[in-house]
Amino acid sequence: MTDTSMSSVDTSPVDASSVNTSRRNLLKGGAAAAVVTLAPGITLRTVEAAITGPATSAKRWGMLIDATAPEGVWDLAVDACKAEQGWGKAEKDANPTTDPQWIRKVSIKDPKTGAKASLPVMCQHCANPPCVDVCPTGASMKREDGIVLVDKHICIGCRYCMMACPYSCRSFVHEDVRGQKPHMPRGKGTVESCTMCVHRVDKGQKPACVEALNKAGSNAIMFGDLNDPNSDISRAVSQYVTQRIRADLGVEPGVHYRGI
Amino acid sequence: MAADTTVYKEIEGKGGDYYSLVGWLGVMIAAGLGSVYYMEHHGHIVTGMTNAVVWGTPHVFAVFLIVAASGALNVASISSVFGKYHYKPLARLSAITALALLAGGLMVLVLDLGRPDRLIVAMTEYNFKSIFAWNIYLYTGFFVIVLAYLWMMMERRMVPHSKKVGLFAFVWRLALTTGTGSIFGFLVARPGYDAAIMAPMFIALSFAFGLAFFIILVSVIYRSSGRPLGDLILFKMRNLLGVFIAAALYFTVAQHLTNLYAAEHMDVEAFILMDGGIYTFLFWVVQIGLGSLFPLALLFNPATGRSCQGIVVASLLVIIGGLAQMYVIIIGGQAFPMSMFPGMEVSSSFFDGVVHSYAPSLWEVLLGLSGVATTVLIIAVAVKYLPLLPTSLSDAKVDPHHAAKDA
Repeated sequence: MTDTSMSSVDTSPVDASSVNTSRRNLLKGGAAAAVVTLAPGITLRTVEAAITGPATSAKRWGMLIDATAPEGVWDLAVDACKAEQGWGKAEKDANPTTDPQWIRKVSIKDPKTGAKASLPVMCQHCANPPCVDVCPTGASMKREDGIVLVDKHICIGCRYCMMACPYSCRSFVHEDVRGQKPHMPRGKGTVESCTMCVHRVDKGQKPACVEALNKAGSNAIMFGDLNDPNSDISRAVSQYVTQRIRADLGVEPGVHYRGI
Repeated sequence: MAADTTVYKEIEGKGGDYYSLVGWLGVMIAAGLGSVYYMEHHGHIVTGMTNAVVWGTPHVFAVFLIVAASGALNVASISSVFGKYHYKPLARLSAITALALLAGGLMVLVLDLGRPDRLIVAMTEYNFKSIFAWNIYLYTGFFVIVLAYLWMMMERRMVPHSKKVGLFAFVWRLALTTGTGSIFGFLVARPGYDAAIMAPMFIALSFAFGLAFFIILVSVIYRSSGRPLGDLILFKMRNLLGVFIAAALYFTVAQHLTNLYAAEHMDVEAFILMDGGIYTFLFWVVQIGLGSLFPLALLFNPATGRSCQGIVVASLLVIIGGLAQMYVIIIGGQAFPMSMFPGMEVSSSFFDGVVHSYAPSLWEVLLGLSGVATTVLIIAVAVKYLPLLPTSLSDAKVDPHHAAKDA
């Protein structure tokens, strides 16, 4: 985490019993790290335990996206993600081909009928993720609860996961990053993507995009545990026929769509 | 098999030509390392690579060199494994060339990483489902096995065992090139890849690229060091190169015909074969025309096929065609957009649904060329300090029973 410069500090209390020294286990185990800069070059690392306990396969976090929702809501979701995770730049500084995009609004049109739709695309958190299969070091990984992440500490920047992702949902950090968030260290030369706001989920909160839409009175992205038959998302996916992008590939995305 | 009476001797390597070659290679390597520093300091934003074309010119050079490495070992394999004694005098050079090509290719690959400083991570953390992780073992294993093979060929006491190690090295090199081809073959989502034929096709390509490089190397070294190089061995390699070019063409034809048969792959085939601009040009003009058909004509035309210059030019064209083929496969395969919503028109701020543009940066080209320079430098130093080269490759030395007639 030496690359991390912090603008704010998370000072939540630390549960000493849950401190896990392995960084990888830390991410896998559902704990969030906080880094406090005491002085230039001196940092204090603390580990914040997940309120929801360690990640287990009993849960399968997923999303249901309503592609019939008004197009404008997707901009809200993208902006919320940028603000939460610290990516994205002012338009005047933008390098469109190299700037990371963790979530994007995709417009589709049927050329035969003229029918249009607009929907957000982010990491689809596949059950059989090709990015995890191809990663030589295991930096690309899937938590027990289905969230697919990149361990920035062992990512060597080979970009094979970007070649493998069927959804172009991964970005390579092409230049120095600024405005990083304490919960989301980013690093030039490594790959990153949507984390399903794992730092929030582990505290029992919803991902930032979902919350932003809820605040605006929209339920266009539903988040929850697909393994829990009583969750709203489980009820919804059992009520409507949903689609998953490139379902033919058999990668079993955790993100479902309606209305495409 | 005739007893090996070949005399191996280091080249003198004292002339101005030798030192100016080493000097130029040093400059090229320094330029490549300078580029790496620049790229790592500023990030990959200074390259032509983007979030859509994530592998660029360094990968074209790296994959070409790695593929050629396994092919360069063939001359040794043909003598040890298949018992063709004509090739035996060149077996040592074949092994060192294979090692040097692999070293050059891996250097480029590693130095292009986003975090080359984490090489130790790549050596200590493995995901064995990844063909990349397998390749790390295949590449390092290749170094160990070929070094052992080289030592056994050079150490008189071990010569009787060299055949067994040669067989092992041959099997290993087939696995290695399978691994390299599978990097692309295993990419299930990209229409330009995702094909089992990538693995055998890369093996055929390796035969052609490696031998083409080797023919040029032998011709240049023997001409510059004033040692005799007879037509017999040269013409044998010429015939072999012709067969390898034809084999590479065969796989290329099979790959595209299979894709053309499947409606879902029509778009990507139309892109590569008809509407792809630079990729279409590189495919038809450079890879197929200049890099395959023209060399075949040169090799088997009596006027050019019987001259060292004609064979060297044909070999050079095979290399140029091979680099073009790598460019078409690696960059063309990424430039064509992935089909997230088949049958739909797709657009987004992340360039979904459009052909991705890519222009190589100077830094990438310098890094790629430094890999080639590293390869040549390793060979230049090795032949000066190790007895790798026969003092003569005249027809009588290559084949004591040779009646002065053409192959």
